[in-house]
Amino acid sequence: MTALLETRGVWQRFGGLIANSDVSISVGRGEIVGLIGPNGAGKSTLFNLIAGVLPPTQGSIWFDGEDVTKMPAAVRCQRGIGRTFQVVKSFETMTVIDNVIVGALIRTTVMREARRKAHEVLEFAGLAARANVLASDLVPSEKRRLEVARALATEPKLLLLDEVLTGLTPTEAQTGVDLVRRVRDTGITVLMVEHVMEIVMPLVDRAIVLDLGKVLTEGKPADVVRDPKVITAYLGDRHAVGA
Amino acid sequence: MDTSFAQRRRRDLIIAACCAVAAALVPLFVKDVYIQNIMVLTLMYAALSQSWNILSGYCGQISLGHALYFGLGAYTTALLFTKFGVLPWFGMFAGGVISALIAMALGYPCFRLRGHYFVIATIVIAETALLLFQNWDWAGAALGIDIPVRRDSWLYFQFTRSKLPYFYFALALACVAWLVTWWLEDSKWGFWWRAVKDNPDAAESLGVVVFDSKMGAAAVSAFLTAVGGSFYAQFVSYIDPESVMGFQFSLLMALPAVLGGIGTLWGPVLGAVVLIPLTELTRSYIGGSGRGVDLIVYGALIVAISLARPEGLIGLFSRGHPKEPAR
Repeated sequence: MTALLETRGVWQRFGGLIANSDVSISVGRGEIVGLIGPNGAGKSTLFNLIAGVLPPTQGSIWFDGEDVTKMPAAVRCQRGIGRTFQVVKSFETMTVIDNVIVGALIRTTVMREARRKAHEVLEFAGLAARANVLASDLVPSEKRRLEVARALATEPKLLLLDEVLTGLTPTEAQTGVDLVRRVRDTGITVLMVEHVMEIVMPLVDRAIVLDLGKVLTEGKPADVVRDPKVITAYLGDRHAVGA
Repeated sequence: MDTSFAQRRRRDLIIAACCAVAAALVPLFVKDVYIQNIMVLTLMYAALSQSWNILSGYCGQISLGHALYFGLGAYTTALLFTKFGVLPWFGMFAGGVISALIAMALGYPCFRLRGHYFVIATIVIAETALLLFQNWDWAGAALGIDIPVRRDSWLYFQFTRSKLPYFYFALALACVAWLVTWWLEDSKWGFWWRAVKDNPDAAESLGVVVFDSKMGAAAVSAFLTAVGGSFYAQFVSYIDPESVMGFQFSLLMALPAVLGGIGTLWGPVLGAVVLIPLTELTRSYIGGSGRGVDLIVYGALIVAISLARPEGLIGLFSRGHPKEPAR
């Protein structure tokens, strides 16, 4: 079976800056893949290219056997790519349930059905008790969960998580990790950007390391963290063991 | 599940029905033509503000150029009637359709603008249209159009002897605008609009086609506004560019919604009921001396409300929970 998501020789230039150069990655169905790398590695850019925020300068993006390179974000969502934002973007004047209904409405226009789906997703994300409060009243960790819930309501095949576990307390992060596992267990493929290695490594099946806009290495988390190239990228030459 | 939500919607509907019935009975007791006139205007502005609220309140695209659609409605009806003898009822519909189409044609470039730039564009476009109409000879230019009096009948939608038919039509219009909003509020469009207003990027990522949502809101809003304009032309039976397309109309459509509660179902009605009678009364009792005392009172009220209830008068009804979403 072909990969669910594939980027083929993707380049992204912003003026003179090359954010992604010749990035080719693939994500298989049912995987949890971590996209990691030091700050400025081009993770967020690649992420945005996959989500459809902007088209790549060069190269193509394939999703579920289809070339989605030129599709706008809304159409990609329709095709089954859901995402969260690094800086949360809740609909602040709407209630939690209404936030999620917006996502659910892409699969149905029957309000009763959308509302039922939204309740189901909130239950799943552990936000059911907060359904009727305004999104602006949520605490940060709840807002993160709302982002995930909203994306889940669009019934994605691939869920893109942008630093959902960053900046949380250890307990909150653990709840987040459990949520991501449960998402995968429902058959949704997960691609997550993180730079806190110790949280993501136990969670992901495979890690792709970006550095300076290029794929540095990829593989099992245990192997990746021991890779001298990765250690150099993160910590500089002096800390590279045996290099 | 969600009985509270369904209950709230049903409650809104019942309250609205009661208000409509109560309003319909008022003329039985109030025979004063001056007061009746104010009631007609209040209902008309409730309807207009409700229409404005769809684009600017729900979808968040603040328009200060809705006088354009109001004027287009008025002119379409008046011109079709005086030049071609087309009945105002068709004129009303035609005005609505033309306005909706123009709103979409203007939205095509303008909806690429965000925030203040969009607001400025709406003002400039409406002012430009005003100038065009002032210089358009066929449409009466600055002199305007006198709608010829045929006879009092619903056929011509002309009534010289009584205000009551206008009152009932304005009431019906306000009810329709309210019902359209009520219905849209719990629809895919309503949710899309609110999402677009709060965060277009997030909306886009959830499959909301932001541009289409704005176009839809503009079309519905312009259509209803133009119907209001058509009504106004019949009501005053004489129109000129300044009296139907002037900037003050854009403001008078926006203010009730803003004061009552922008982006809420009841805000425009509430705002209109407070604001329009106040405008008219201050104008006739303390205005007219050329000193503008009426405007001072009016301005003071706006300041007072915005300070006490920034979310609008609707905030008075969400007891003790200022943050509870107003509906």
